[in-house]
Amino acid sequence: MALVDLVSLRRPRARARRSVDRLPWFGIVVLSTFVLAGVFGPWMAPYPPNKINLGQSLLPPFFAGGNAEHLLGTDQLGRDVLSRLLSGAQVSLLVAVGAVMLAGVLGTSVALVAGYLGGRLDTILTRITDASMAFPVLLLGIVIVALYGTGISVVILVIVLGAWPQYARVLRSEVIRVRGQAYVTMATVLGGGARWSMLRHVLPNIVPTFLVLATLQVGLSIVAEGSMSFLGIGVPLPDASWGNMLADGRAFMRTAWWLAVLPGVALSLTVVAANVVGDWLRHFLDPSTRTGR
Amino acid sequence: MLDVQGLEVDYFSGTSSVRATRGVSFNVAAGTATALVGESGSGKSTVAMAIMRMIRPPTGDVVGGRILIDGTDVLSISDREMREVLRNRIGFVPQDPTTALDPLFPVGSQIAEAMPSVARGERTAKIVDLLSSLGIGDADGRMRAYPHEFSGGMCQRVAIAIALAGNPSVLIADEPTTALDVTTQVGILRLLDELRRERQLATLLITHNVHVARLLCQHVIVMYGGVVVESGPVSEIMEDPRHPYTRALMDSSAQGRRPREPLHTIAGQPPTLGDMPIGCPFAPRCERAHEVCRAEMPDTTVQGARIFSCWNPEAS
Repeated sequence: MALVDLVSLRRPRARARRSVDRLPWFGIVVLSTFVLAGVFGPWMAPYPPNKINLGQSLLPPFFAGGNAEHLLGTDQLGRDVLSRLLSGAQVSLLVAVGAVMLAGVLGTSVALVAGYLGGRLDTILTRITDASMAFPVLLLGIVIVALYGTGISVVILVIVLGAWPQYARVLRSEVIRVRGQAYVTMATVLGGGARWSMLRHVLPNIVPTFLVLATLQVGLSIVAEGSMSFLGIGVPLPDASWGNMLADGRAFMRTAWWLAVLPGVALSLTVVAANVVGDWLRHFLDPSTRTGR
Repeated sequence: MLDVQGLEVDYFSGTSSVRATRGVSFNVAAGTATALVGESGSGKSTVAMAIMRMIRPPTGDVVGGRILIDGTDVLSISDREMREVLRNRIGFVPQDPTTALDPLFPVGSQIAEAMPSVARGERTAKIVDLLSSLGIGDADGRMRAYPHEFSGGMCQRVAIAIALAGNPSVLIADEPTTALDVTTQVGILRLLDELRRERQLATLLITHNVHVARLLCQHVIVMYGGVVVESGPVSEIMEDPRHPYTRALMDSSAQGRRPREPLHTIAGQPPTLGDMPIGCPFAPRCERAHEVCRAEMPDTTVQGARIFSCWNPEAS
């Protein structure tokens, strides 16, 4: 019996070590391709993404009988799908990075202040967070678009408005947990002020949770941009984004499946890769997998 | 030195408040050790927390009395001045050292954090000195290790290093060996005893173990239900307890018992703070209690260096 317990106790630990030692190559490759495409896409694209060529419309990708001139085929207006995917990667990258950073900073600050200082400030901030969470983001998006028009910055704004309460809520309870740890009390007993223990001890200790949230949000933001573009309140046509390509290609599912499938695959791969890398990063940052010498 | 006079601490819950300590007075001279003994809920940790001003609204507050550290009344100074006192005058040794160290940083940087007045360049040398003097071999390498790479006893040595980093005159140890292996407990206690002598520390040891108190301290203060029921030199109190609670506490110890011999217990439960008896807090569990014990707080009797509060003390 005791032996069985020992064996079952040892196993998860060994597995955790291995998962840290082994780099998540799939995620790293996909994510770096995504980032490279997002940054250098305009220079790598074989054609201008919005160039119409009706004579070359609805060409299939090379692996489905197409030609090498348009590697991933063309859409109903003869625009090169590869070029549009690269241009869409730029949109997704901007949205993902922008939305995750802004929402993360906003949500984490609210969580730190509310969770650490507590009291009436905590009550007020928590109510605001809950209220924002209850508000339908897409509806908010439609209102904001009606007021300010469409564009990437509006997309980012709407996603941030939808995402920050999630950081605030989850991280606030994390802050409360960490604040109750003996080492935070020790920092105060040693004569450290509130700001010191917040930034030096509480903030670093909520980073693993933040990372999990952020990597989830990378995926969710890309999907949210896709949804908004799909509904026509995201990136305005004719500019390409994975979401509006997906929406556009829907009408051609029977005749030209690649128009919807390719952006869909790009989107899914990126989202999964972000989650895989995020999960590995969380393990990697766990101090119990580190040694000082 | 540490001097506490008439300490009254309240805890708040909602709109009501409960009194956690009532008129606690004692002093600890430099180079001596005093044990604060009592059950859970007796108010012994509250006293320690109050000295470090860790009890503040909305949790609770010090509502009466004075706390003097090297002559400074810490209840009347500003937060900024209090932080100076915490850095330079008080060292605190926690109950469970493994949770008292931040898991994310090497121990060296956590000791450095406690010596802000030392110039950056000199910190490493100071930390190595400190760790070596506390019995940590290869201090130079070990200071770069993370808390999870240390055993409980080694963590406690690191925690003691943090407590001593600011060269304090007062050392407060809150059950410093409770979370440790029996085999390492003695080592830590011996270390604390050496440090008290070498550095002339006024040591306040909080414990529920009367034998730890006997090993380490010259004076003992027995607390029950937020009041000091008996205090005085450790040898006199251990040999000849006058308060029935002190006797009951010592009788409940497992020390010196033969195998399978039943242990003594104290019948009943300690009073909760919200439901404190009007008279002596120990009266409901006391075998010697009279009517007067339940009706009125006993007066304090001073007998040489000893003080006890009981209507019907044990014969000496």
